Amino acid sequence: MIIVTVGMQLGFDRLIAAMDELAPGLGMPVVAQIGKGTYQPAHMEARPKIAPAEFETLVGEAKLIVAHAGIGTVLTAARCRKPILLMPRRADLGEHRNDHQLATVRKLAGRPGILVAADESELASRIAEGLALEDWTAARSPTAHQLHTALAAFIENRAV
Amino acid sequence: MGNAGIKVLAVASGGGHWEQLMLLRPTLAQYDIRFATTEPAVALQHGVTDVERLPDCNQNMPLQSALCALVALKVVLKHRPKVILSTGAAPGFFCILAGRLIGARTLWIDSVANGEELSMCGKLSKRFAHECWTQWEHLAGPDRPRYHGAVL
Repeated sequence: MIIVTVGMQLGFDRLIAAMDELAPGLGMPVVAQIGKGTYQPAHMEARPKIAPAEFETLVGEAKLIVAHAGIGTVLTAARCRKPILLMPRRADLGEHRNDHQLATVRKLAGRPGILVAADESELASRIAEGLALEDWTAARSPTAHQLHTALAAFIENRAV
Repeated sequence: MGNAGIKVLAVASGGGHWEQLMLLRPTLAQYDIRFATTEPAVALQHGVTDVERLPDCNQNMPLQSALCALVALKVVLKHRPKVILSTGAAPGFFCILAGRLIGARTLWIDSVANGEELSMCGKLSKRFAHECWTQWEHLAGPDRPRYHGAVL
């Protein structure tokens, strides 16, 4: 199963429509949280909101999360050890107030378990990459390793 | 007493702040760790059973903030941790303030969601916590906040 989420606050029809088009060829069910979007998908299960507990269950069952570049979703994916494919919202298309999601994907691209599609044309190939990811959960990113090490040093009152 | 006996209080509000604390859990679990949060139900979902509950608050809720500060003080006095850390937000900051009263060493780790500027509590923590860390290298200064990596 693939879960698609654009959060609950805003719509992101560009991503939802592109995923709806790809869904029949993915060989597995696709469930989408479409937020306040107006596009109504025909090829995947779509709901405006999924309650946190159910969302957690769905993430647990998912092979891949496809999402807007929201930090909250990235953190959930990291905790549940699921690969996540991010497509950033763009301010010039009215998808957000500013382009902070572009900045977010620039900084997160390449970290373990995180893939980026710059736009809908890159979704299909990145989804294939995401579904093929294996054994990445053992790899803690260098930045996470650094933070864990520093935290232990602080707690033990050693030089950080 | 070895490192495993170091009593640590880790605080985060529900949502993204808590997610980040959970990502740090493998390291925190090496110590005598207690958690406090505004949403114990979520903590329970993650298998944290003996969590301390803090009332939620923010800068626009003065009465609720005062109540939260009192509860934070009560929690800190109950456990008397050696170390207090928070990934946000205001309730965690109040625990850090309370920690200063009992001589705990305190650490603020600003949320990874703050990629443009430090949160308000982060800015306050530059003064009031022993250490204030940002998770974005470009936000780090020569002194504070420092950058020591990120949860992701």
